[in-house]
Amino acid sequence: MSKPEVAAAILWLGATLYAVFGGADFGAGILSLFSRRDAEVGARARRRIQHSLGPVWEANHVWLIFCLVVLWTAFPKAFGPLMETLYVPLTLALIGIILRGSGFAFGHTFSGAGRERAEEVFAASSLMTPFFMGCVVGAIADGAVPASGPGEPFSSWLAPLPLLVGALFVTSSAYIAAVFLTDDAGRAGETELVDYFRRKAIGVAIVAGALALVGLVVLRAEARFVFDGLVGEALPLMIASLLLGGLALVGLLRGARRGLRPLAVGAVVAVIWGWAIAQHPYLFPTSLTIDAGAGAGAALSAVIIVFGAALLTVIPSLAFLYWLSQRQLLE
Amino acid sequence: MSEFASATLVPVADNLLAARNLMAFSLGFHIILACIGVALPAVMLVAEYRGRKHNDPVSLDLARKWSKAAAVLFAVGAVTGTALSFELGLLWPKFMEQWGDVFGTGFAIEGIFFFTEAIFIAIYIYGWNRLEGWKHFWTGVPIVIAGIGGAFSVVAVNSWMNQPEGFTLAADGSVVDVAPLDALFNPATVYEFPHMLLAAYMVCGFGLASVYAVGWLKGRRTRRTAVGFAIPFAIAAIATPIQLFVGDVAARGVADHQPAKFAGMECIQETGPNQTEWVGGICTDDGVKLGIGIPGLDSFLVGFNTDTVVTGFNDIPDDQQPPAPTLLHLSFDAMVGIGTGLLGLAAWFAWVGIRHRRLPTSVWFWRAAALSGVGAVVAMEAGWIVTEVGRQPWIVQGFMRTEDAVTQAQGIWFVFAGTVLLYAALAVISFKALKIIARQSSDVTVPYGPGPAEQSERSEEEGTR
Ligand code: HDD
Ligand code: HEM
Ligand code: HEM
Repeated sequence: MSKPEVAAAILWLGATLYAVFGGADFGAGILSLFSRRDAEVGARARRRIQHSLGPVWEANHVWLIFCLVVLWTAFPKAFGPLMETLYVPLTLALIGIILRGSGFAFGHTFSGAGRERAEEVFAASSLMTPFFMGCVVGAIADGAVPASGPGEPFSSWLAPLPLLVGALFVTSSAYIAAVFLTDDAGRAGETELVDYFRRKAIGVAIVAGALALVGLVVLRAEARFVFDGLVGEALPLMIASLLLGGLALVGLLRGARRGLRPLAVGAVVAVIWGWAIAQHPYLFPTSLTIDAGAGAGAALSAVIIVFGAALLTVIPSLAFLYWLSQRQLLE
Repeated sequence: MSEFASATLVPVADNLLAARNLMAFSLGFHIILACIGVALPAVMLVAEYRGRKHNDPVSLDLARKWSKAAAVLFAVGAVTGTALSFELGLLWPKFMEQWGDVFGTGFAIEGIFFFTEAIFIAIYIYGWNRLEGWKHFWTGVPIVIAGIGGAFSVVAVNSWMNQPEGFTLAADGSVVDVAPLDALFNPATVYEFPHMLLAAYMVCGFGLASVYAVGWLKGRRTRRTAVGFAIPFAIAAIATPIQLFVGDVAARGVADHQPAKFAGMECIQETGPNQTEWVGGICTDDGVKLGIGIPGLDSFLVGFNTDTVVTGFNDIPDDQQPPAPTLLHLSFDAMVGIGTGLLGLAAWFAWVGIRHRRLPTSVWFWRAAALSGVGAVVAMEAGWIVTEVGRQPWIVQGFMRTEDAVTQAQGIWFVFAGTVLLYAALAVISFKALKIIARQSSDVTVPYGPGPAEQSERSEEEGTR
């Protein structure tokens, strides 16, 4: 692998971690939005959600910062046009982040009506960020971001493919969250909630699967290059995703508790990496390659070294955090 | 289509003004939270140290309470900081496109510190209940280090914008020979980083102490108020004299490397020796009006000799002069003036503390102390105005003009208005949350913290221990 490719892999890894951990967080918010219809269980589900987001919620979102920084340091020539073209969905995603983070924080401090209000903001804004981030990814695949500078500010993303990818991001976030929460509720011995989240997970999984199928059709029509990659080089990963997702669904239907997390996460991760392979060698299919978008060699080296340092510091710290919480020293 | 629209509907100058206002406002907001994020962990740890070392439940309880406030403010700092990362790209795409790889390493390193900070703050706050004694204290130490490291990496980027290094501009205008470390360790980093770090300790220290000073003035003259005041105030008081020294070094650095900024700060019209130092006043084309002048002092401060030649606006091309010299001049004076006032207050505190081993009793001390937090914030914001407005019209001093970096996107004024409203709401709600945390002790939960039941259980345990 060339240096730009290593940097691209690092970027993609960050994006994967954000999609899984950040996605689970957003998904939990989305579930709490829809739980408002389920009077009494819904209220308990929301308590569970607030509890589960617990100590790692901010660390989960640092992955986004990580992606942004790697993108502009390693691929400045992609970062500029991306921001110049897709500023509308990016601004909307950002508004979602601000509202959600503060809604979550204040929900924990206030009581009574203040808490209600904050949690409503938290739930509603959880929908925004994954949706608009999906629009951004979809618009890139669509070839709507020209490497040479500003593209269309609206029609670039107000198109079938970006909107579909947005919806797909929303559902897959909700899916991961529902699976995680099923597990969490099980550990806490809340059997009624286990059932509640399990049913949500099954429902969302079916919607997500249907969206993915429609997505493939649209992809074939609008973004031929990515489609060909997905059913070509990336086919093994797509099949893996299908299998893992199918197994997870069977597990959910049968009420299994063990092993659901890795299956669900695996299904999502396989799609993300399949996508990377399908897009390769492009950052923007088919106008900007990884090599052409890359910044100075020294900056790429710096990103790679900093990433190594991050692994050495962040992973032990995270492990320490999880270790402490498993030994129930953080209660 | 978008180019057409931006050419006709949104003149670049208008976009530029909107983008600069938006950037300045969001940075000015975030930086206050960043100061708290950088310095509050250290203040908390000092209190915890005292509490554990001397078996002092009051200090320990203060540390706990401050860590709850920190949890809320960190969350707001994190979202406003995330907004900044987006804004850099959304508002200044050309800046990022051309220079992202030169200065980006600073932000990449910052990422590590953010992770460390986010992880250990969670451990620290959750850990109050079950981590025993000193173990808990030590989980706070990485937060302090991460705060210092984070401040370094961001400020190094800003220093680079002021004194860019670590690259070569090729004949065709492309950037080559990029050396990320040279970019980070540019000559301005040497004073900007310590100056900002000390500012953070001053803002947080004086700010927190002000809260207890107000309590003291209102008659709550308990030991708790005294300790809650003394710990942060002492930390800020130690930072103040060092800050004035570093500021003095910074001023000479600016005079050497950014003469246009310096001419704006001091309102120097004609290059020459024996420049007058003006305090206050309005900067006009024929010098300062309505100010107090001290002949020769300006030259003396720059070169320790009244014969030192200082560059004036007559030697700087019109299109390279910073806008609003009066604003620069008064901001600089405000920073220096407030810094000097705070030094006086710190000296008073130290004198009474060392001579009589107690806090000052004069009501004037407490009144001034109650204002010291606001003062430190004003000084810090004024310093940023000097740095950023003084660098204009450059975004990268000498290499890229701000107008060439700005986006062509439309509707920035609307985003600006929305941001002001949103942040105003955030500020109001944060104050309410802090009030709640200040009032009650055992039944408030925080973003990273355990629920109310678990906490009150714990306070009982504490009582029996
Ligand atoms: C509590 C806050 C505070 C206080 C009391 C002071 N400063 Fe300051 N100053 C800052 C907070 C600050 C700052 C906000 O942190 C800045 C903005 C950029 C930076 O590096 O620090 C700054 C910038 C800044 C600059 C511009 C640096 C540049 O553009 O590269 C100069 C010349 C000074 N300061 C000088 C002083 C002097 C001579 C002071 C007192 C005698 C002083 N400052 C007190
Ligand atoms: C430390 C990292 C910082 C970076 C990377 C940074 C970056 C920028 C950028 C890109 C701009 C827009 C272009 C320009 O007008 O020059 C800007 C403007 C500005 N920033 Fe900074 N900034 C930093 C810190 C701060 C802080 C903490 C403040 C706080 C108060 C601040 C105050 C301003 C102001 C007032 C402007 C507007 C200048 C004008 O309108 O003339 N900056 N900054
Ligand atoms: C002198 C200037 C700055 C300092 C000292 C500073 C410091 C900090 C600190 C300590 C935090 C941790 C959260 C908190 O304590 O509230 C934080 C959050 C953040 N800052 Fe700033 N910051 C500065 C300017 C900037 C600028 C210019 C940017 C972006 C371009 C930025 C981006 C961020 C981001 C993305 C976060 C959120 C990280 C997270 O999720 O934990 N900061 N900043």
